[in-house]
Amino acid sequence: MNVFQFFLQNYDEILRVTGEHLWMVAVSILLAVVVGIPLGILITRRPSLNKPILGTANVIQTIPSLALFGFLLPLPWIGARADRLAILALSLYALLPLIRNTYAGIRGVDRSVVEAGRGMGMTDHQLLFQVELPLALGVIIAGVRVATVICVGLATIAAAIGAGGLGEYIFRGLAMVNNQLILAGAIPAAALALLADVSLGWLERRLSPH
Amino acid sequence: MNSPSQNGVAIAFREVSYRFSTGVELLNQLNLEVHRGETLVLLGRSGSGKTTTLKLINDLVSPTSGEVYVEGRPTRQWDPIRLRRGIGYVIQDAGLFPHFTVERNISLVPTIEQWPADRIRNRVAELLQLVGLDASLSSRYPRELSGGQRQRVGVARALAADPPILLMDEPFAALDPITRAELQQEFLALQQRLQKTVVFVTHDLREALRLGTRIALMESGRLVTALPPDEFAKSSDPLVRQYLNAFSASANGKREND
Repeated sequence: MNVFQFFLQNYDEILRVTGEHLWMVAVSILLAVVVGIPLGILITRRPSLNKPILGTANVIQTIPSLALFGFLLPLPWIGARADRLAILALSLYALLPLIRNTYAGIRGVDRSVVEAGRGMGMTDHQLLFQVELPLALGVIIAGVRVATVICVGLATIAAAIGAGGLGEYIFRGLAMVNNQLILAGAIPAAALALLADVSLGWLERRLSPH
Repeated sequence: MNSPSQNGVAIAFREVSYRFSTGVELLNQLNLEVHRGETLVLLGRSGSGKTTTLKLINDLVSPTSGEVYVEGRPTRQWDPIRLRRGIGYVIQDAGLFPHFTVERNISLVPTIEQWPADRIRNRVAELLQLVGLDASLSSRYPRELSGGQRQRVGVARALAADPPILLMDEPFAALDPITRAELQQEFLALQQRLQKTVVFVTHDLREALRLGTRIALMESGRLVTALPPDEFAKSSDPLVRQYLNAFSASANGKREND
């Protein structure tokens, strides 16, 4: 039986698992956006927090994913279900690109434009929402894009703690030394990553002001 | 409304010094008055403190010591947002918002001041005409304009809410000589009509002599002198002479190169 036949025979299960995978990634990215963008904005306003926040996000990135799952296991509510655990871990990984790009995007806005706005009496709030964020949007979306691609890949490891997703095929295939099973997980995962990259790349270009 | 005969003081510097937290001094004991309706040119080389002086007026920079008075009130006591909305601000390269159309750029202050929409529309049309731009440009983005057009939009934006004071930081420095001369000419005509209190920063002596009703020469954070253009050109002050000589030398140099 070749890979194509396997896909044809199991397409409903593969679709279900892909859906699971996508769900994990989507919720993680959403969480990371909700936390990461405000943190990125915060460190443009409070430079003293820049090092601690970016440093922490950096350190989290360096923790091997399996170890991170292990660290999060004892947490109350979170540790009770594998998918919650996986989502939290993934959003922690997604945090760094989001914080960093939000910060870089806002700092990259032409200083003369910001100063003109300030000099004409815009409040900090107006400056942020009418000038800085719209002009930084392209760079911020690029951060979402990087984070999403990272998470699609990392989410396969979530199967190791029983969170489901495409990693299940990969781990089963590894255990049974069955390449078809590995590919049944790897090909859709790669396709998802590519799809996310291309569509967010398109969005990035659409929303870049120049 | 603001006739020059009403010779009130619009802006006053009293013993103003400004230092960075590192101790580097940009401005030392500045005393200067700007009269209502005059065009005061701050002239000086880079780093002489002229831009800092300008930014002290709209409180983008706060004095380390001394006091800056705007309309008789120290800037420290003003709400900075209110202060700035009453002062037009034009900078080099215009500083237009690249993601706003010409119309939205010009209507920035009226919009944040929440003027009704039809009043804003009328005002934009009026301003475009005032600065010599075609009404059809109002839906363009700044990148679609020439440098001269952008700077005109910058002037229109600064004038939008009809502020009594106008601050201009090397507004024409990045333009080619022909466009610059054109805009200088229009500035003079505009100023004749509007009689704003203008503080104009430049390092260009010819621009200063042409546009200023008074020229304040600055050198390493100090005010050297403030004189009307004709007296300035005849001044025997060594620093003034040095500036005048440097300029005529470079002008001659240019002519020889042409």
